[in-house]
Amino acid sequence: MTDFALPEASPQADAAFRAGLAAGKFLIQRSTTTGAYNFYPRALSPTTGADDLEWVEASGKGTVYASTIIRKPAKFGGDINNVLVDLEEGPRLFTRIIGCENEDIKIGMKVQAVVMVPDFGPNAKSGEPAVFFKPA
Amino acid sequence: MAHALRGKSAIVGKGYWGLGKTPNTSPMELIAKATKNALDDAGMDLSEIDGICGGTFYHFFPTLSIAEYLGVKPTWANSDMVGGSSFMSYLVEATMAIQAGLCKNVLICYGSNAKSARDLNGLIETPQWERAYEPMVPVPGYAFTAQRYMHEYGVPKEHFGHVAISARKWAQLNPDATMQADLTMEEYLASPSVADPLTVLDCCLMSDGGAAIIVTSADRAKDYQEKPAYFLGGGNAISHREIAQAATLTTTCAAESSKRAFDMAGITTKDVDVVELYDAFTINTLLFLEDMGFVKKGEAGAFVADGNIAPGGSLPVNTNGGGLSCVHPGMYGLFCLIEAATQIRGDGGKRQIDDVNIAIAHGNGGTFSNEYTAVLGSEAAL
Repeated sequence: MTDFALPEASPQADAAFRAGLAAGKFLIQRSTTTGAYNFYPRALSPTTGADDLEWVEASGKGTVYASTIIRKPAKFGGDINNVLVDLEEGPRLFTRIIGCENEDIKIGMKVQAVVMVPDFGPNAKSGEPAVFFKPA
Repeated sequence: MAHALRGKSAIVGKGYWGLGKTPNTSPMELIAKATKNALDDAGMDLSEIDGICGGTFYHFFPTLSIAEYLGVKPTWANSDMVGGSSFMSYLVEATMAIQAGLCKNVLICYGSNAKSARDLNGLIETPQWERAYEPMVPVPGYAFTAQRYMHEYGVPKEHFGHVAISARKWAQLNPDATMQADLTMEEYLASPSVADPLTVLDCCLMSDGGAAIIVTSADRAKDYQEKPAYFLGGGNAISHREIAQAATLTTTCAAESSKRAFDMAGITTKDVDVVELYDAFTINTLLFLEDMGFVKKGEAGAFVADGNIAPGGSLPVNTNGGGLSCVHPGMYGLFCLIEAATQIRGDGGKRQIDDVNIAIAHGNGGTFSNEYTAVLGSEAAL
């Protein structure tokens, strides 16, 4: 594991989040005033509008809130899953689960974040990592 | 005291053109032909139009493009873009502009060749934080919602089927509706999955089509139309842009938009004669009936299964056949307004409901992101 210092708070939240991914880290933001976490990266705290966001490394622990299997013909790559995961810290994100059959994904299933470059989709081409989840 | 906008404008012209499949026709050509039909319906000359509202998937400056194409130089225009509910927003904006004296006669229009051109680029703008997961926008948002709804309320898939079958029965009474064949529960349940639990028959059509309405002040409405459909109320609510940011999936902000609209109109659900709601998917109909207060949470499925929203039922819903069985050219909201006005005018032919005085046109934008409710009424409802 490379040394990684959490980014300084700054309005350039997208870039900071991407820098975290590049170092293999899944970062989320927390309001130093209210303690509320948010995802996706933002320049201001949602709801309060305060510029009080600090970066923290997410626990990566999550629970499936909802899931679907997108049915695609084999020539377009076959079926894929799309999932909403609730992080232990509170925020919900749109993602995809790897390492299990699409049919085995259920509401309430415990999952763990994985930062990786997938071998599918636009990130396979760009080489950028993204946050996926695997069964916990 | 009545709200300052209640009863201050009216739809005096309505028209559509090229519904279904209209190859080799551009969105602007569809808009132009629908506009001609709406102007003819109102008995109004194009030269009288001094306000324009519109938005498409294809035009970054829609009102500029529409004004230029038609050769109109409006004194006022608006192109709010909140998805398929934008047209309810335009109706409220137009009412405000007319009331403020900024213009007199507003054209609200839309056109899309979504079916023939397969060009939905505006619709499928993929949010940056979701691109890696290859979402088939906007379908996953509706699939998640349907799954959560079934999970939380124990609703069987057949209840979704009754939404599709009710819409089809209405479409069979509308010669302009695309889907005319019978639809059985057996066929519905055998329909292939698109995004579990949603199947092909849970999804709206992909159509071509243009639509237009003409809005003028209530004072002058009768100069153009014997039976204007008066604006009684409008209510907006914004929840999120992407489904992951929604606070909850199984209650939409239609609960807020409908309350605002009903309060402005001074009505309750009991006053409503007909509901035209944006059924992009079968789950929409169930959620909106609940969130607008026609039934309690979790009870819409049983209500629909009992035949209440179908022809002959206690609450006619989507009397044109809806986005599921009539038409859905990428955005559908304007067709809700047109059908609501149709029912108030009494020119619905075989699908006409008797004595319609209050009609709801409810729009949905994004993935339950924006909800916009409009209340239209007859002269007797003013």
